[in-house]
Amino acid sequence: MIRKSIQSRRARETRLKIYGITSICFALIMLATLLISIGLNGYSALQQAYFKVDISVNMDKLVDDSGTINKNKMNLFNWDGLVKSALREFFPEVKERDEKKELFAIISANAGYDLKEIVKKKALGSGSHTMSVWLHLSDDADQYLKGRLSIDIPEEDRRINNKQIAWVNSLVERDIAKLKFNKTFFTSADSREPESAGILGSVVGSALTLFVTVMFALPLAVMASIYLEYFAKPGRITDFIEVNINNLAAVPSIVFGLLGLSVFLSTFGLPRSAPLVGGLVLGLMTLPTIIIASRASIRSIPPSIREAALGLGASKMQAAMHHVLPLAAPGILTGTIIGMAQALGETAPLLMIGMVAFIIDIPTTFTSSATAMPVQIYMWSDSAERAFYERSSLAILFLVAFLISMNLLAVVLRKKFEKKW
Amino acid sequence: MQNIPLSFVFFMLIGVSLFFYFYSKNNILKKAAFVGQRSKALPSHYGQQSFLWAFIPSAIILLFLTIGGPNYIDQLFYNKIQELNPKLNQSFVSLILAKVINVSNGKIATDDEKILSLASDYKAALDQLYFYRGLVVILCAALVGMFVSSLQSPRANARENVEKFIINIFFVSAVIAIFTTGAIILSLLFEALRFFSLYNFFDFLFGLHWAPNVAIRSDQVAAAGSFGMIPVLVGTLLISFIAMCVAIPIGLFSAIYLAEFASPRTRDFVKPTLEILAGIPTVVYGYFAALTAAPFFREIGFSLGLDVSSESALAAGAVMGIMIIPFISSLSDDVIRAVPQSLRDGSMGLGATKAETIYNVVLPAAIPGLVGAVLLAVSRAIGETMIVVMAAGLSASLTVNPLDSVTTVTVQIVSLLTGDTEFDDIKTLSAFGLGLALFFFTLLLNIFALSISRRLAERYD
Repeated sequence: MIRKSIQSRRARETRLKIYGITSICFALIMLATLLISIGLNGYSALQQAYFKVDISVNMDKLVDDSGTINKNKMNLFNWDGLVKSALREFFPEVKERDEKKELFAIISANAGYDLKEIVKKKALGSGSHTMSVWLHLSDDADQYLKGRLSIDIPEEDRRINNKQIAWVNSLVERDIAKLKFNKTFFTSADSREPESAGILGSVVGSALTLFVTVMFALPLAVMASIYLEYFAKPGRITDFIEVNINNLAAVPSIVFGLLGLSVFLSTFGLPRSAPLVGGLVLGLMTLPTIIIASRASIRSIPPSIREAALGLGASKMQAAMHHVLPLAAPGILTGTIIGMAQALGETAPLLMIGMVAFIIDIPTTFTSSATAMPVQIYMWSDSAERAFYERSSLAILFLVAFLISMNLLAVVLRKKFEKKW
Repeated sequence: MQNIPLSFVFFMLIGVSLFFYFYSKNNILKKAAFVGQRSKALPSHYGQQSFLWAFIPSAIILLFLTIGGPNYIDQLFYNKIQELNPKLNQSFVSLILAKVINVSNGKIATDDEKILSLASDYKAALDQLYFYRGLVVILCAALVGMFVSSLQSPRANARENVEKFIINIFFVSAVIAIFTTGAIILSLLFEALRFFSLYNFFDFLFGLHWAPNVAIRSDQVAAAGSFGMIPVLVGTLLISFIAMCVAIPIGLFSAIYLAEFASPRTRDFVKPTLEILAGIPTVVYGYFAALTAAPFFREIGFSLGLDVSSESALAAGAVMGIMIIPFISSLSDDVIRAVPQSLRDGSMGLGATKAETIYNVVLPAAIPGLVGAVLLAVSRAIGETMIVVMAAGLSASLTVNPLDSVTTVTVQIVSLLTGDTEFDDIKTLSAFGLGLALFFFTLLLNIFALSISRRLAERYD
């Protein structure tokens, strides 16, 4: 009988272990599913369908008398027409208006604009020039070539019809169209056309925002933690500060966005969508995280170091600034990196302060309109075009890779500077 | 008048302050030699004293003028436009003001004479402001710096003075946490009170209908919006409940395994990996929920003959649960490991198996901490925004069916505040009402959770 009861007691233990292992496996499988499904969605955005056209440009029409490129003439010139007539040469059989329209739908709506930029960059001399350039195909043709648009569904439900598919195929057969590395994705900002949209604008926006966040939160956090550890007299005020810090760490991030909206934007009148405001809001949000990490780091420095300094005649301030702070710096840095990783992935507060606008320019200052990487991901995954999905997946992969490397950096730093006193 | 840019003023300010740092540092040695006595503090302390006095007051003036000045000018021109056309209503005056500002900085072009002249006046006023800002700030720094450095005497202890000053600055940065909480409460309360002056407080709190469709223009005929938050609240709680159903068992069992059974090697691998799950931005979970999980649940429901909404609470809740797993598991792991080893040894010594020890000794001892962890997780689920914005619905239906589409507090705040709405619109203000409710709800949970955990920590210290 005892043996039987022992058996059932052991079985209970095994069951508990199995529950534990199953739970952990479930969590790890979910992590893998998440990353793999996004990876499978996103890898194809590394390529983009291009087509090659031979185009001749007469620079005499585009320059001033002095020979410099005239902006106005550049803008007025019919670049679209140039690209379209070049495309029509491949398909002489296309004559009717409707058919032409369908044909032009397989190339990017921005093709003319892109051609203008290419010509501008080349800085050609006077006279007529013939060159072959690679321009974007439209997002639908691109998705078709990548096999992401299924052609099994009826033609009228598809974004690309049979005729267009035949044209695209014939371009590919003649080696005029092919998938090439998607450079645009890394060098341009947002666009209405998926094929011209890139992440550079949001990356710069995120960088500007994070810079403000660090500049705002790190000094404040260090000063606050030194005060709380060494100078605060135990009492009601200090207790109240501590309770506040702990609570702020758990306040939903969207509430900080509301704070930014009503204080920074509507009371102080700071500009909407600006990295400055975004950085301040994220700074307030990460402040408690960094304070808690910094205090833990300062507390881990043995008191003997501070006491030795005090014993040699240093003031409390000197002991803290000259002796404790340098030793606590790696820990503070680790906490800061983790706080910054949190700020970099944060979206909701930025939506509140208007960093969700459609912005085609790469931001240059702290007050120019900008967006951030997670917000860009959010906007793209909300768009109707299928081609934006893969772009948003690729952007996610970059963001997550960056965040993981930030966290790894924090772990490595902690390991490297960890001291057993 | 010449516009002096902010960056120039700022670097000049730093330059002037640095000048006084070095000046005082050298000067105090001369003074000391003159008196024939060593200075009471290091020369650099006298330098720091001058630097702080030259820099801090001027920097505060600079900040004040940079933020307040343009607002003041805007107000001036607002009044001016209103005087020119007394019949215009307020929003139209703001519109003209915005146009004047945009014309003055060259963003848009116009050929309206009146606006052009106002715009050039505006630009002149702004230039004047920036000119005087630069002048005042730099003069202030120079004068104060001169004054302080000339008064310094080697007999006065500059170190004490400087350190007191710095401690005060430290104190202010510590108090920022209180300021932030205060600012959150005040700003939410202020806007929410404006909302409650337009809409009955009890109708908001207990109303069963949420449909914030207000007329976009004032002359438009439309149903007045109704703002009863119960359906929104029910939706929030439903999604949080689903999330907890996923996260609590998985998180808790993972924590028990990691704390009690796992070998150090497994622990070293699993813990950081779970932390990766915690470090993934919420927008990524939102993307996963909207584009992978929701269609997946829909397919399964379809094959079972169930009608699953494409924005089902189930998908959003399940993905949110996955997000919260590492949160619960790492907090509970800490709590379980904080239970003293002597309790386990005692139980094992009496012949209990490991499982019995865990069920009957360790978990009861850890219960307050575990409850605290779960409450913190609930507060996080309620405040979570991006997953629900991307995967949950917009329309507020009063239902507890997890296959239906529901909306949450955070979704409503986002949808009410993104887009071009007027700031004093009842829709915008209602978002602050929701924000206030959200803040207090999560605040209560947090305070409760933190106090429970602290009690546990005290018990075993």
